[in-house]
Amino acid sequence: MSESTQTKEEWVPKGDLQEVKDPEWLFHEAPRETEFITGSEAAREAIRRANVDIAISYPITPQSETMQQAGYLYDEGYIKEYYRAEEEIGVMSALGGASRAGVRSLTATSGPGLMRGMEAISSWPGARTPLVLMNMCRVINTPLAIQPDNIEISFLLNTGILHAHAENQQDFFDYSLAAFMVSEQVDVTLPAVVSVDGFFVTHARGQVSMFSQDYKLPPRDGWRSAVPAMDNENPPARLSRDAPIQKSNFISYHMHASWQQEVFAAVERSAKYWRKYIGDLIEVINPDAEEFIVSSGACVSQAREAVRQEGEKGREVGLIKIKTIRPWPKAELFAALKNAKRIFVPEFNQAGWLHKELCSTLYGQIKADIIPGPRVYGGMTMPTEMVLEWLAKYRK
Amino acid sequence: MSLETVRPSPGFEELLPIEYRDLVKHGQYGRDVKVSEIGKFKELVEEHPMCAGCAMTLFIRLAMMALPNPEHTINVGTAGCGRLAISQANIPFIYGNYGDTNSVASGLKRALKLRFPNQVKDVVVMAGDGGLIDIGFQGLMHSWFRQEKFTTIMLDNEVYGNTGGQESGMTLKGQILKMAPRGKEVDKIDAMGLAKVAGCAYIARIAPTNPSRVMRTIRRAVLIAREVGPTYIQAYTSCNIEYAIPTPDVMQDAFDVEKERYGFEEIMTDEAKAYITEIEKKQKELAKANAKK
Ligand SMILES: Cc1ncc(C[n+]2csc(CCOP(=O)(O)OP(=O)(O)O)c2C)c(N)n1
Ligand code: SF4
Repeated sequence: MSESTQTKEEWVPKGDLQEVKDPEWLFHEAPRETEFITGSEAAREAIRRANVDIAISYPITPQSETMQQAGYLYDEGYIKEYYRAEEEIGVMSALGGASRAGVRSLTATSGPGLMRGMEAISSWPGARTPLVLMNMCRVINTPLAIQPDNIEISFLLNTGILHAHAENQQDFFDYSLAAFMVSEQVDVTLPAVVSVDGFFVTHARGQVSMFSQDYKLPPRDGWRSAVPAMDNENPPARLSRDAPIQKSNFISYHMHASWQQEVFAAVERSAKYWRKYIGDLIEVINPDAEEFIVSSGACVSQAREAVRQEGEKGREVGLIKIKTIRPWPKAELFAALKNAKRIFVPEFNQAGWLHKELCSTLYGQIKADIIPGPRVYGGMTMPTEMVLEWLAKYRK
Repeated sequence: MSLETVRPSPGFEELLPIEYRDLVKHGQYGRDVKVSEIGKFKELVEEHPMCAGCAMTLFIRLAMMALPNPEHTINVGTAGCGRLAISQANIPFIYGNYGDTNSVASGLKRALKLRFPNQVKDVVVMAGDGGLIDIGFQGLMHSWFRQEKFTTIMLDNEVYGNTGGQESGMTLKGQILKMAPRGKEVDKIDAMGLAKVAGCAYIARIAPTNPSRVMRTIRRAVLIAREVGPTYIQAYTSCNIEYAIPTPDVMQDAFDVEKERYGFEEIMTDEAKAYITEIEKKQKELAKANAKK
């Protein structure tokens, strides 16, 4: 057990020694050093630099390590407030409360924890609560398992939550930091989830290049927001953002409809900020190919290897990595795939949510065959051979 | 928000609605109001769509008048009848998911402390018996065990009023209600006892029969929560609709129930007692000095 430093009189929170820097400079220009670390460690390093005010934790595999590390960061003074809550619906509700007060708020969870917190999570966007949830994907029970499987992402698609899907440790570091910045933009003011595939990324090592830990993001400014913080710092009025529909039934219908429209419009508006911090919303390899693999998350890495091996054999296969699930990069996908003849959508889940999203975007727009697979789930890995076999099978 | 935030800048005053101007000029900001002043000042909540004669509305009205610092208070509520009135008040109101009040308030209170280290912000949860003792049970208990510094007020009408009269954990044993067609099989949950076990600094049980006492109790709970620890008030606020109490008899019912099984009870830790005694002593001295002027 590490000895707490909190009680020492000379204690200076380490976060106070960090220098606030312009996020664009941090993301694109600051000198970086590369370390060979796990996804959970990349998460910790992102949190260290994110100027987090409050982190609320609850353990679940494969996430636990991240929020434990957040605890140590709190102990060192990189995070100002931290506690282990009663369970996930308590975590997600409390996080909504903290964000409403105008402070930068963080938690992390996995599969079943996400499901348990879902009622609270799905009401974050309507409450206009900027915050970040790191989500380490895991099988949703039953039968009980702790293995990677990203079916849970499908439950978040229509909530109005911003959602980035990290391929590897590097993405997890970059996207998480970007998520704080994007979610807190005035014309966004929405929660953000950064998902990563459990174990494959969280517990495996990869190269992560990071700007110095002497720097941190600017703090959240509770005054800058699409809706006032619930801090009682505004002149009183018989209207509070959380309960406008209490006023009358007539207001209720119109208010609710327009409130929802505005949430989803804000998701679209967030695209420009994501681009500012993490570049294009999709990455395209071999743009002139006729055969494409479209994927997100860790699955992209296997697809990359398949594309490389095909290239060695002289066959050009295109690859599209989708970085943000929400905002959904509809225009980019359409432009990149307009001449495709065959599209494969490898996924780490049984439902094929990415395939469905893609089909609804491209329906009636292009002539390509959009093939539902290959897919693995329940914790299986996807060997590159499997992707290659599917490519070969459909060429026949 | 300071009182300066409430006050309009010169020149803008006449542009504001009369309602607002009255609130600034004749409201309760910056002073403690008394029950005897009802009708002579602009109240924080003046209208609501709850049932005529509902005892809960009387209690909520008194609760708003009792807030020691309304310009720095945030109310947290949830689904249930009470939110229909609480949301009409001139106090920011968080209307969360059913049963999430004490988790939301935990995050909120801690965050407010981070953002406003030099200004106390009072957080007050007001929710139904079902919202707190059934669906909100673990959030409620854990907020107490964690010693979260805010006040929880249970509007105990002993029924799920808002969904049309189902039994709740606070319903009396034997009571026939919806979802209890043969009468409730188990006892009313001893929420007061739980509050004690969980370490609340101040616990009170009250019926709305004595308005001054209601206000004093709420003030005490909010003040003690600032400095000492979690506070809990359990208020009998009958549901005249689901218990078929004729509107003119609502107050008589409150007196009867109070006498029979809902007598005023106040429990506090030594620390809370010392703290509140000191505050009240000072307030009395101040009042005396003012009276002499
Ligand atoms: C998750 C969830 N479950 C159930 C409900 C339905 N619901 C709304 S109000 C309510 C009952 C309220 O009863 P209580 O908390 O005792 O307050 P009262 O209306 O009696 O004041 C219920 C069950 C809901 N809104 N959300
Ligand atoms: S249903 Fe009962 S508790 Fe609800 S407003 Fe009507 S009388 Fe009051």
